[in-house]
Amino acid sequence: MSLNTKAIAKNAYFISKHRGRVTARVRVPGGHLEARHLEIIKEIAERCGNGTVHLTARQAFAIPGIPAEKIPEVRKLLAPYIREAEVGMGVNLPDPEGGFPVPLPPNVLACIGSRDCVFGNIDTAELAQKIERTFYPGSTLLKIGVAGCANDCAKVHMQDVGIIGMVEPLYDPARCIGCEACVKNCRRAASGALRAENYKVARDDLRCLGCGECVLKCPTGAWSRGAKYYRLVIGGRTGRKHPRAARTFLEWAGEEAVIQVIANILAYIEKHRDKTLPKEHLGYIIDRTGYGVFKQEVLAGVNLGPRAKVAKYINFGGYAYDKGVQLT
Amino acid sequence: MGYLFSADAFNSLLAELKTRYKIFAPKIYRGKGRTAGTDLVAYGEAGELAEIAFDRKTAFSPKEIIFPVNQTMFYFTKEEFQENLPPKEDKDMIIFLRACDINGIERMDAILLQNGPYRDVYYEKLRGKARFFLIACDQSWESCFCVSTGSNRTENYSVYVREENGQVFCLVKDRDFEEIFSKYGRPADVEPRFIEENKIRVRLPEEIDQRVFGHKLWEEYAARCSACGRCTVCCPTCTCFTIQDIFYRDNPDCGERRRVWASCLIDGFTDMAAGVSFRAGYGERLRFRAMHKAADFKKRFGLFMCVGCGRCDDACPEYISFSKCLNRLSEIMGEVGQR
Ligand code: SF4
Ligand code: SF4
Ligand code: SF4
Ligand code: SF4
Ligand code: SF4
Repeated sequence: MSLNTKAIAKNAYFISKHRGRVTARVRVPGGHLEARHLEIIKEIAERCGNGTVHLTARQAFAIPGIPAEKIPEVRKLLAPYIREAEVGMGVNLPDPEGGFPVPLPPNVLACIGSRDCVFGNIDTAELAQKIERTFYPGSTLLKIGVAGCANDCAKVHMQDVGIIGMVEPLYDPARCIGCEACVKNCRRAASGALRAENYKVARDDLRCLGCGECVLKCPTGAWSRGAKYYRLVIGGRTGRKHPRAARTFLEWAGEEAVIQVIANILAYIEKHRDKTLPKEHLGYIIDRTGYGVFKQEVLAGVNLGPRAKVAKYINFGGYAYDKGVQLT
Repeated sequence: MGYLFSADAFNSLLAELKTRYKIFAPKIYRGKGRTAGTDLVAYGEAGELAEIAFDRKTAFSPKEIIFPVNQTMFYFTKEEFQENLPPKEDKDMIIFLRACDINGIERMDAILLQNGPYRDVYYEKLRGKARFFLIACDQSWESCFCVSTGSNRTENYSVYVREENGQVFCLVKDRDFEEIFSKYGRPADVEPRFIEENKIRVRLPEEIDQRVFGHKLWEEYAARCSACGRCTVCCPTCTCFTIQDIFYRDNPDCGERRRVWASCLIDGFTDMAAGVSFRAGYGERLRFRAMHKAADFKKRFGLFMCVGCGRCDDACPEYISFSKCLNRLSEIMGEVGQR
């Protein structure tokens, strides 16, 4: 059997452990899709695959058990999905019949966000789609996740770049009845940024996470939603050697700044990554260049907006899974 | 007299009214809802027809216009105090509101002006400035039950206003407004219309007595309620308040005394000096509220307190419905009576 595995993998298929069989990957930016598109997934799995579908950890579909010679058929079946779900939302893919041209950057994952979740400060799928529009198809490994709020149900702290929706809580003392529901809740469930003072509430801007819990809890609307902002965490990853959680790089940044920073991060990776490896996660590269270089390069030319704060330094910590040292 | 206005004519009317009155109406505040991407419908100052949300129910009642959330009663120093009544030269107010809310304000009048020998002057002063422009309801929302409480109608208004496809029909009852309305409007036959049927029907408990006290209903509510107080804050008939003395931080020798809304559902309402709290349990608090709305107020003033606006139902994060609660009370009283 003769297969060009590189070409197949570039077309977003996995080469599976079963000889001659591949697994099709179907991107779902933001993990949100039209229910009718499930019919397409179902048809591919039943006609070309082994009748099962796997939900990937990146919220894409993996359709396993496809004989390599059926790839053209899969492409044909997948074309309407690519046309509607990718081209339809503005992704530049001139040849939907050709399948997904590349697997990179990997599918942008997201929690359900403000479309449905009470806590969501941003429309996560919408942002994921914007990222898809801007950066797909690409050639750089950058795992991106979007969470609607600081609860981070999407676990974006395990991504190269995690985006967390924030809201600026606005306080109107004339509506405040001093019930302290917001104060108690912020202390218990958020950051302890609020304190009661003279029957009113004072907010410590340095502590506040922009989670919006105070707005949710206030019975009178004394707290209301101000502008939305974004927190960016960087350098998270899983992996064999050195898994670790991402750390905060930016907070109170605007949406355009987030997009610009991602563009700069992609350029930074291409400049500094270890070219002897097929690909390398962002965190390793930052470790090598140092945070100072990273910061300087990815913030170049970016208008972060007046509220934004940038981490002065980052101590990643994390842990090393070094069997020789730790396990005896 | 009845009048018909084009949108432009009504805007001209509002512009002139605005020179003499502060005008309050339901408005849509985009993106100001509790959750992201939702709107808040609430009272605010309005100057144009397009600003007035005739077809939306406000989350908060208009009571806050005449009974502010925070009201400074007086300022004090070590030696003396200065009362803080609204200045005489403040403009009078026009409030666009629905029949249930006008009935609600009548409940507020009862408790704040006719309850015992003293009239609440802080309320009275603002209340005296208010003129009601009755908004015609052309639909009853999911949670309304004003027909059951008899608060679907009112005669207590200066002008009746019905908006239809950008035109406005008005019936002026208050002679003070006749001249200015005749200046901008065309005479027309306008007959006030009221909602005659709601989606929800509530059997008002005829009589509630101590026997509902021990009912297991309150245990169920205790397990569901989170004591957030939204149901009372939004209610057009809740008037409970607390008093706060504020000593200014920069100079604690002076300060002010405020009257601030309070709620029987929120922690602290029944706290006593010795640290006792009479209704610590949430079920007890809901029972108190239900008894107040459905029985106690009526005993004193002869009016069913709740006006069936349904706002508490819309606001409750735990989906506790007061109309359902009232129906259950009626059932319980029936049950108890038969025994
Ligand atoms: S991260 Fe926040 S917005 Fe997203 S699902 Fe969790 S709680 Fe909701
Ligand atoms: S947004 Fe969150 S962290 Fe900030 S004050 Fe409100 S509850 Fe506290
Ligand atoms: S929850 Fe709202 S009303 Fe209560 S203390 Fe906080 S801001 Fe004031
Ligand atoms: S108890 Fe509920 S339905 Fe009745 S007047 Fe108050 S808010 Fe409206
Ligand atoms: S709104 Fe609902 S949960 Fe909140 S205090 Fe009222 S009944 Fe309880």
